[in-house]
Amino acid sequence: MAPVATLLLLMPLVGFLFVLVMGPALKEKVIGAIGTGVVAVSFILAVITFFMLLHRSSREVTIHLFNWINVGTLHVPAALLVDPLSITMCLFVTGISALIHLYSIGYMHGEKDFRKFFLYLNLFVFSMLLLVLANNLLLTFVGWEGVGVCSYWLVSYYFTRGSAASAGKKAFLYNRVGDFGLLVAMFLLFHHTHTLSYLGIFHVAGTLSPTVATLTVLALLLAATGKSAQIPLFNWLPDAMEGPTPVSALIHAATMVTAGVYLLVRMSPVLTMSPDGRATIAVIGGVTAFVAATIATSQQDIKKVLAFSTVSQIGYMVLAVGVGAYSAAIFLMVAHAFYKALLFLGAGSVIHSLDDEQDLRKMGGLAKYLPLTFPAFLVGWLAISGIPPFAGFFAKGDVLTNVFQHNKFLWALGVVTAILTAYYMTRLFVMTFLGTERFREVTDRHDPHESPWVMTLPLVVLSVLAIFGGIIDLPWAHGAALSGFLHPVLGYVPAVAAASTTEQWVLAAVDVLAALIGLAAAFTIWRDLKVGARFESKFFEHVWYWDDFYDATIGRPLTQMAVFDDTVVEPKVIDGAVTGVAVLIRNSAEGLRKIQSGFVRQYALAMVLGFAVIIIYLVARVH
Amino acid sequence: MNVPAAWYLIVAALLFGVGAFGLLTRRSALIMFMCLELMLNAVNLTFVTFSRTMSDIAGQASVFFVMVVAAAEVTVGLGIVVAVFRRRSSTSVDDLTELKG
Repeated sequence: MAPVATLLLLMPLVGFLFVLVMGPALKEKVIGAIGTGVVAVSFILAVITFFMLLHRSSREVTIHLFNWINVGTLHVPAALLVDPLSITMCLFVTGISALIHLYSIGYMHGEKDFRKFFLYLNLFVFSMLLLVLANNLLLTFVGWEGVGVCSYWLVSYYFTRGSAASAGKKAFLYNRVGDFGLLVAMFLLFHHTHTLSYLGIFHVAGTLSPTVATLTVLALLLAATGKSAQIPLFNWLPDAMEGPTPVSALIHAATMVTAGVYLLVRMSPVLTMSPDGRATIAVIGGVTAFVAATIATSQQDIKKVLAFSTVSQIGYMVLAVGVGAYSAAIFLMVAHAFYKALLFLGAGSVIHSLDDEQDLRKMGGLAKYLPLTFPAFLVGWLAISGIPPFAGFFAKGDVLTNVFQHNKFLWALGVVTAILTAYYMTRLFVMTFLGTERFREVTDRHDPHESPWVMTLPLVVLSVLAIFGGIIDLPWAHGAALSGFLHPVLGYVPAVAAASTTEQWVLAAVDVLAALIGLAAAFTIWRDLKVGARFESKFFEHVWYWDDFYDATIGRPLTQMAVFDDTVVEPKVIDGAVTGVAVLIRNSAEGLRKIQSGFVRQYALAMVLGFAVIIIYLVARVH
Repeated sequence: MNVPAAWYLIVAALLFGVGAFGLLTRRSALIMFMCLELMLNAVNLTFVTFSRTMSDIAGQASVFFVMVVAAAEVTVGLGIVVAVFRRRSSTSVDDLTELKG
C-alpha cells in the first residue's frame, strides 16, 4: 500500500515539475493533458488505496518516507498517515480536482498565462494532498502554507488588475492570522505532549488539562477561521473571487477552504477534551452560517453570492464539529464539494457564455441558450437548497439533527439559515436562467453560446454526484456508510443515534419545509424582476459593514500610526536623536577648539595655574 | 657657618618663580629655554637641600638624572629652534601657531 499512497501524493508534483522543467515551449493542449492526467491518475490511486484500506483489519497505516527534522527532542519525519479520514479527503479532493482541471482546459483556453495557471493548480493539489495525508502537524502545516500560497497566486492571477492584486494580498494576510493560531496550537501541543505526530498526540490527549485543551482548541479554531473563512476572518473569501472561476470552484469552494474543518476533525481527540472549546466552535459556526447567508441574499455578483454561500455552508460544517458530529461535518464537506463545485463551474459556464459578465442584473432568461449548463445548475440549486433526495438534503439534515440533540437554539439558527440558503440560491437561479433577457448589451446582441465539452463534461459528472452524493451516508445506514467508515478515527458515537425515528422524520420534514419556504419566497419576489427594482438590504449588500468595521478599528488607526511615525517619529525622534548627537559634538568642539590657541605661553600658564591649584589643594588637605 | 635649609628653599622658590615668569612673558624660544633651565635648576636645588637635611643620597642622585635629561632636552629643543629660525628668521613662539584648532 505504501508505494500506491506515496505515488498518489507525488503525481501532481510530478506534473508540476514536468511542466516547469519543459518550459514555455509546451503546447497548451499538452499542458492541459498533463495537468489533468496526473490528477486523474492520483484519483485512481486514491480509489485503489481506499479499497486496499477496506481490506485491512487495522485502518491506520503510517508510511515513513524519510527523517525530516531531528533536533533535541523534536523528531519530525516526513511520513504519511493513511486512515479513513485522510483517504476520504483524498478521494474527493483528487476526484473534484481532476474534473476542474479538465474544465480549466476549456475555461482558460487562449489565456496568456495558461501554463502558469496549470503549474499553480498542480502544485495546489500536491499541497492539499500533503495537508490531508501528513502524519504530523508540522507536515500538515507545510501543506497548509502550500495551499495558502497557491491560493494567493491564483487569486491574483490577473495581477495587472488592481482589485485582483489586492484581493490576493487580503487573502494572504487574513490567512497569516489563522496560521498564527495553528503555530500556537503546535507549540502548546508540543510543550505538553512532546510530539507533533497525530497518533502520538491522540495517545496522550486524555491527559491534557482542561485549560491546555481549551487553549489548544481555540488556537486551532483561529487557524480554521482563517483558512475556512469563518467569523471573524471570513472577509477574504468573497474578494478571492477575483481569481479565475475554476480556482474559485476548486480552491475557494470545494477543497482548500475546508482544510480548517479537516484540521478540527483531525484533532477531534483534543476537541473532545474541551467542552468549552467545542461550544465556542459551534457558536462561531452557527453564527457564520447565518451571517453569511444573510449577506448572500443581497449580492449582485453571481460569484459573490456563491462565495458567501460557501462561507455559510462551511459554517454548518464548523457547527457540526462544534457539537461533536465529526462525521456529519465530513459528510457535508464532501456533499458540499460536489454541489458547490457544480454551481461554481455552472456559474463559470454562464460567465463564459456572456463574455465575462458576472452581474446578476445583466443576466436572465439564459435557460434556453445553455441546454447543458441549465439542468446542471438546476441540480446544484436543488442540492444546496436541501430538497430531497439530493445530496445537500441528507448532508445538511445529518448536521441539523446532530445540532438539535445538542443545542436547540443553534438548531433554530441553522433552520433559519436553511431558509435563507434556499432563498438566495433561488434568487440566483431565477435571476440567471429565468425571467426577461437582460444580457443583450453585454453580448453585443448575439446569443450566448454553450461551452465546449471539456467544460460541460465535468458539469454532467458533478450533477450526477450532487444528485446521488447522499448515498455515501444515508441516515438509516450510518453504521455501514461514511460515519461507520470514519468511526475508528473519530471515536465518537454520533448523537443522531440517540434520536428516535419519529424525531428524525420530524426534523427532516422541518428541513424540507424550510427549503420550500425559501424557494417559494424567492420565486414570488424575483420571478418578475423589473429592471432597476431593488429588494436588497444595503446592510447585507455591504457585508454587514464588516470590512468598514475592520477598516475603522484596525486599518485606519494603523495607517494613522504609520503616518504619525513617518511625519513625527521618524524625522523628529529618530533622526533628531542621530543629528542631535552630531550637533552636540560639533558645538562642543567649536567651543573647545578656542582653548587650543597655538600660543605656548597660554599652555604654560594653564599648566602653572593647574599646578598651583593642585598644590593649594594638597596644602589645604594637610592642614 | 651653617645656612638654614629654609634659605636654600627660598632661593629655589625665587629661582623657580623667575623662571616661570620668564616662560610666561617672553616670546623668544631661546629665552624661554633659559627660563626653563632656571626652573629645572630651582628644583635641583630643593632636591639637594632636602638630600642634605635628611642625609639621603637619593635626592642628589636624582639631580644628575635631571641634568642629563635637561641637557638632552636642550639639544633637541635648540635643534628645533635652529630649524624654525632657518625657515622663518624668527624665534618668536607666537608665530608658531599652525597646529592650533
